[in-house]
Amino acid sequence: MDIKLQQVSYAYSMGTPFEKFALFDVDLTIPHGTYQAIIGHTGSGKSTILQHFNGLLKPSKGEVHIGERVIVAGKKAKELKPIRQKVGIVFQFPEHQLFEETVLKDIMFGPMNFGVSEQVAEQRARELIQLVGLPDDILNKSPFDLSGGQMRRVAIAGVLAMDPEVIVLDEPTAGLDPRGQKEIMDMFYTLHKERGLTTILVTHSMEDAAKYADRIAIMHEGKCVLTGTPREIFSDAKTLEKYRLELPHIVRFQSKIEERMSKPLSKICLTEEELAEEVARSLREERDGQ
Amino acid sequence: MMDKMIFGRYIPGDSFVHLLDPRSKLIFVFAFIVVVFLANNAITYGLLLAFTLLVILTSRIRLYFLINGLKPIMILLVFTFLIHILFTREGDVVLDLGFLKVYEEGLRQGIFISIRFLVLVFMTSILTLTTSPISITDGIEVLLNPLKKVKLPVHELALMMSIALRFIPTLMDETDKIMKAQMARGSDLSAGSLKERLKAVVPLLVPLFVSAFKRAEDLATAMEVRGYRGGEGRTRYRQLKWDWRDTLSLVVLAAMTALLVFYRN
Repeated sequence: MDIKLQQVSYAYSMGTPFEKFALFDVDLTIPHGTYQAIIGHTGSGKSTILQHFNGLLKPSKGEVHIGERVIVAGKKAKELKPIRQKVGIVFQFPEHQLFEETVLKDIMFGPMNFGVSEQVAEQRARELIQLVGLPDDILNKSPFDLSGGQMRRVAIAGVLAMDPEVIVLDEPTAGLDPRGQKEIMDMFYTLHKERGLTTILVTHSMEDAAKYADRIAIMHEGKCVLTGTPREIFSDAKTLEKYRLELPHIVRFQSKIEERMSKPLSKICLTEEELAEEVARSLREERDGQ
Repeated sequence: MMDKMIFGRYIPGDSFVHLLDPRSKLIFVFAFIVVVFLANNAITYGLLLAFTLLVILTSRIRLYFLINGLKPIMILLVFTFLIHILFTREGDVVLDLGFLKVYEEGLRQGIFISIRFLVLVFMTSILTLTTSPISITDGIEVLLNPLKKVKLPVHELALMMSIALRFIPTLMDETDKIMKAQMARGSDLSAGSLKERLKAVVPLLVPLFVSAFKRAEDLATAMEVRGYRGGEGRTRYRQLKWDWRDTLSLVVLAAMTALLVFYRN
């Protein structure tokens, strides 16, 4: 399912003295199956943009295409439910949305709202609880008895249980310990690959964007200022700096190595493995050349 | 959804009304609420309406915005108006639709009550729109100070009020966020039967209560850590200042009251 924003502007509190534009003429196309990262400084409009992906916010100007559906500014949008089933959003601190008596019921809440039978919903819950790395017996506990990290995983399972085709993640690992962060990000990446999902990751973390994304869009003061592959984006430190963003650790590390070796590597490396290989290759060339 | 609701909101500005001392504004509004009941004929109600309009003008808040923001309350207004039209049976018949007779007195009463209601709502809204919640509580605390003599915990009451006011926007934001999260999970607050809608409120209320209690606990801890001990011997950062504007506004209100007394039947 392709998602396309055309000239989208959005103003909060439209028509009151508090009116404030958060998005200006944003154009962004996310083809089916892409892992798209959206990065930007605080207040750049990242969180506003993501609420357009399933019709929670309607554009003040412009159009949003979600698969076959088009949401046009100024027109009433009816029957948004099918869209919301197809586009799952994991909000920032999703643990705040837990409310049921048991974890099982909470995970089943989403799918059952979309007309999935009780048996199927329970089936999904049992599969997903393992997928998010929690033991089975947690299903019968109250979500409010869990630790913060466990609550986060339950909430994520609750969104995945809707079986969405597109999954939108808003800082999904904020406030988790480093190991939890990696586990969750890896889980989303595996899901993305195995199920052929479209994944949209809104994040502060240049590292995550570099590591997982196929494409990156940079938001700055409500505008989408730059799009490209991670390699294109992170090869231009000057432009990034203009938008108050930094290079990922690994790219900064690479430039230090290049300084030491006093020659540039042939490409920008986005993971540790890639960099190690590239350095080894460069050293080998040097040795063979002599 | 809650974008348009202006009840309890504050719009910063530098109009005459904004610059008034919260104490004079509070006295003004409370006195006005009493004074409104002096009106009992067309002239006096007309005066009230004109006076309110004058206050709105001096506050430089757009009338359109004010009316738009108070729409939810307008339903109440229409309701009271209809009740009067339908159930008062005095005077001549103005309109006869066969099944329904509208009497002169009913129409009169309906209009008067509506004006009274409108004027009260506008005036109190102007108070909250032009005064920051903090100044309002400061004003109330000072005005209630004499009641300390009868062992009323004035400072604690004022603190409770300012905390409550402070957290209205926070809770509104929180509600909005949770509502969106549940909507993204297919919960629908605006469709279905009454029973279904009531059921859809549970996923909203439970997380809201949980977070409100958590916030309260955090706040209590933070206050204790910083050695909060209540009002005893506490000095103020924001000093209240009474100047000519405050005296003037109360004088104007007194003049208005005199006019009302003079023209009422």
